[in-house]
Amino acid sequence: MSDDRDDLRRLRGLLGPAGPELTCEACFDELDRYVELELAGADAEAAVPGMGAHLEGCPACHEDHASLRALLEDDGPPRDR
Amino acid sequence: MLTAAETLAMSVTDRPVTGDAESRAWLRALRSADEHTREEAVARLHALLLRAARFEVRRRAAGARHVAGPQLDDLAQQSADDALVAVLAKLDRYRGASRFTTWVYKFALLEAGVKMRRRAWQDREVALEPAGWPVLADPGPSPSRDALMGELLAAVADAIAGELTAHQRAVLVAITINGVPIDVLAERMGTTRGALYKTLHDARRRLRACLAARGLDPDLDHRGSSE
Repeated sequence: MSDDRDDLRRLRGLLGPAGPELTCEACFDELDRYVELELAGADAEAAVPGMGAHLEGCPACHEDHASLRALLEDDGPPRDR
Repeated sequence: MLTAAETLAMSVTDRPVTGDAESRAWLRALRSADEHTREEAVARLHALLLRAARFEVRRRAAGARHVAGPQLDDLAQQSADDALVAVLAKLDRYRGASRFTTWVYKFALLEAGVKMRRRAWQDREVALEPAGWPVLADPGPSPSRDALMGELLAAVADAIAGELTAHQRAVLVAITINGVPIDVLAERMGTTRGALYKTLHDARRRLRACLAARGLDPDLDHRGSSE
């Protein structure tokens, strides 16, 4: 089964996401709003269509997203919203 | 009558900034006519960026064991310095869609992430020729691989070899097979992350079209992430 999982991971990396996706530039522009919406429990993907697909397809933007989310979680809840 | 470009420019720069009180206070201080107030705000902003950069460097330190502690802090300092320049240059683009602190964090995280990836690869060769082919050298059926997966892999290997441009092939193989970070590849090829991702995106679309033309379903979602 691990061979199947490796093959699947390899194919997903090669083929990328199926749907429309943002560019890296648009991803950076929207990243702060997207992560705050995620952490607020809102539908971030509806607010920023194509972000999820881009984060699936672009390893660097995926890491930037994970880092910003982790940093905000480390900061704790905002004091003034 | 305004031109379209002027209208667009106005929509970007003249919209009132919304957002929370703390974010508006940041903007007021950073734009203050009083030099002392402005310098104090810039110093606080740099401290905020440095905290974010150090957070990112620590997160990535496990993957950069050859980088000593003082070097890591140097990278964080450089990242904060570069992020400060970027934030101050783009201050007019902040529209209050998130907290100001969240908006500036992403600049520091980007700078630190790129620097850490480049440092981790600085002594490694980036193969732009298809040295990664052994990964797909035997893409056909095998005892541990079902027939459909074997057929998909074989079709993808054919399409990579025969349907992509040399540039698309080099970018696709480097990023998705050889695991070269896109920022590292961009630096070696003298281009940007965005331009390389566009190439990768076009290559992937071409591969999907080739699979579809052969009657193969390139949508792998139904195979499930729960496997």
